[in-house]
Amino acid sequence: MKPALALSLAAASLWHRRRVLLLVTLTLTLSVTLLLGVQYLRTEVRQSFSNAVSGTDLIIGARSGQLNLLLYSVFHIGQATNNLRWSTFESLEQDQRIDWLVPLSLGDGYRGFRVVGTDKRFLDHYQYGDGQPLALTEGQWFSDLFDVVLGSRVARQLEHQVGDDIVLSHGGGRTSFVNHDKHPFRVSGILAPTGTPVDRGVYVSLEGLEAIHIGWEAGVPAPGRTLSAEAARERALTPDTVTAALAGVERQILTFRIQRDINQNDAEPLSAILPGVALSQLWQVLGQFEFILLAITAFVVVTSLAGLVTVLLTLQSHRHQEIAVLRANGASPALIASLYLLECSGLALLASLLAAGFWYLLLALISPWLLEIWGIAISLRAPTALEGALLAAVPVAGLLVGLIPAARAWRMGSRRGAWGVAEDMTG
Amino acid sequence: MALRGCLSEYDATVATGFTVTAGYPGETLCNNNPVFYLNHGHDRHMVIKTENLRWQWPDQSTTLAFPDIRLPSGDHLFIRGPSGSGKSTLLSLLSGLNRPLEGGLEVHGQDLARLSGGDRDRLRADRTGVIFQQFNLVPYLNALDNVTLPCRLSAIRHRKAGQPQQTARTLLQALDLPADCLTRKPSTLSIGQQQRVAAARALIGAPPLILADEPTSALDTDNRDRFVRLLLDQAAANGSSVVFVSHDPALAEHFTQHLELSSGQESRP
Repeated sequence: MKPALALSLAAASLWHRRRVLLLVTLTLTLSVTLLLGVQYLRTEVRQSFSNAVSGTDLIIGARSGQLNLLLYSVFHIGQATNNLRWSTFESLEQDQRIDWLVPLSLGDGYRGFRVVGTDKRFLDHYQYGDGQPLALTEGQWFSDLFDVVLGSRVARQLEHQVGDDIVLSHGGGRTSFVNHDKHPFRVSGILAPTGTPVDRGVYVSLEGLEAIHIGWEAGVPAPGRTLSAEAARERALTPDTVTAALAGVERQILTFRIQRDINQNDAEPLSAILPGVALSQLWQVLGQFEFILLAITAFVVVTSLAGLVTVLLTLQSHRHQEIAVLRANGASPALIASLYLLECSGLALLASLLAAGFWYLLLALISPWLLEIWGIAISLRAPTALEGALLAAVPVAGLLVGLIPAARAWRMGSRRGAWGVAEDMTG
Repeated sequence: MALRGCLSEYDATVATGFTVTAGYPGETLCNNNPVFYLNHGHDRHMVIKTENLRWQWPDQSTTLAFPDIRLPSGDHLFIRGPSGSGKSTLLSLLSGLNRPLEGGLEVHGQDLARLSGGDRDRLRADRTGVIFQQFNLVPYLNALDNVTLPCRLSAIRHRKAGQPQQTARTLLQALDLPADCLTRKPSTLSIGQQQRVAAARALIGAPPLILADEPTSALDTDNRDRFVRLLLDQAAANGSSVVFVSHDPALAEHFTQHLELSSGQESRP
């Protein structure tokens, strides 16, 4: 065996057949890119899910399942089953063990985005990612009754700036038949992008929400009972209910006891959930689909490898002559078999490297755009161990399937009568 | 056993300095002793020595039996015979690519029948050059790289060639290959050019034995004679023996030794 010679011959042979092999290598490259991409995004999506909220120890809402509570309070998906009485919220505020509490009041929408009624405590205490706080890129947090702060994606997509007037809709849908057009809100600030559901929120004060709903008890404005903006500013507007509350507990050891106490609250049926636990439960549900997607992609790679071997085997049937010449010049059957192994695994390695290059190039090009337009944060990072293993598995698989043409070449090279091949052997 | 090897009694004094006589069993015209005689009395090194060599194709009941050969190193042997007489098979046995069914087969002083496949491959790489009838070249290597291939497969050939690239150029030039062909791929060369590249490859690193299997069958008469002359001149310069197989009797005049295989080689054991 002469590894250097085998390598140089295999490289020359591949280069000689580059036109035929280009297409099949490209197919393999694309399928490996897909495989890497799916795995990369899986990691990123999981990361971004668990990044959605951090620093919050408990999420409190009306009695419901923990996934439901997590989805509507953090991800703005689905509806609350019931509300939390304001008196209950106030009594929770009195609890010495709870360090901070952020009220969340959901229900209205603004052109497809959820309106979140809250207060300054949201800006102060909500954290995402690795404990990063929220920040405003423009303007300031709302102070007037009819001020509104927009999430970054809302502002970008709807092209709003500080000072714009916007009209909220009643109900959360993209199109609503009932608008709060008597009470336009003025944009006071815009939040920095976070890559979390915060970007898709429209933030107003609880009192503002209360004001625009006076006289709306029946779900539509009752004539003569609604308040003008000026009159609303005069009134003391305390909400009757909120939808959920985020709680921070400094002494974490108390978290479970607080959770139990809230869940056993006598005054009102409540649920308190641990966001981390709920997030991982959510991921268990979603992860199934992600895994199936990964498995399908792996099959695509296997199919491409099968295509590669098919092409190599087809080419091989035209290579009897070359094998005879190499054998006649003293090349061993092992050297000839190694040529085929090298060619197959070499192409797979090339496809793997190209795929990694493709993927990172693609990512570098589209990740700023994804964050800006879709609010999806995909970080540019080195491959994880699993991603690296997937990339490395492709050349190894190429080596394994290359055993097929290699074994055939070995037989062709070592069978009796391998002389000249095309010549009449009895001649 | 229908062994009808040809008689060749040939005075090689002019060419090699001593006279060689060849004889085969059953031939009335020659000595019953199936050996070459060297007339100056001292046994010169034999590059090929065969005895009762027989070969059987897989899945066939008939066997080929070959006349005994004794070829002193440096001498050239011309093997002639019709199709089916086993010319190529004999060369494949001499090259070590195939192992004989029975009989003694000594090439380069080594008993090929006893060597392992790997040892036979190494012996061939080190000491034997091969030229086929056609399709001699590795399609993805240019002419020069095809010629230097044996030097990459064998350290001995590499050492004997000195600077393989330079030696290859010199050889190709001596074989009248146009200079612009050196870096071209085989598919762009004419048949005659391809065969000269193959000859250069067989010659490089001065192997003691060159096996040529009808290398001129695709060439016209002028090219054919020129090819044989160039090959033999270069082989003589190297001290290589050439075993040249052809069905074309016109080429016999270039050779000191002759062997004729008849079509009736088969015998049933």
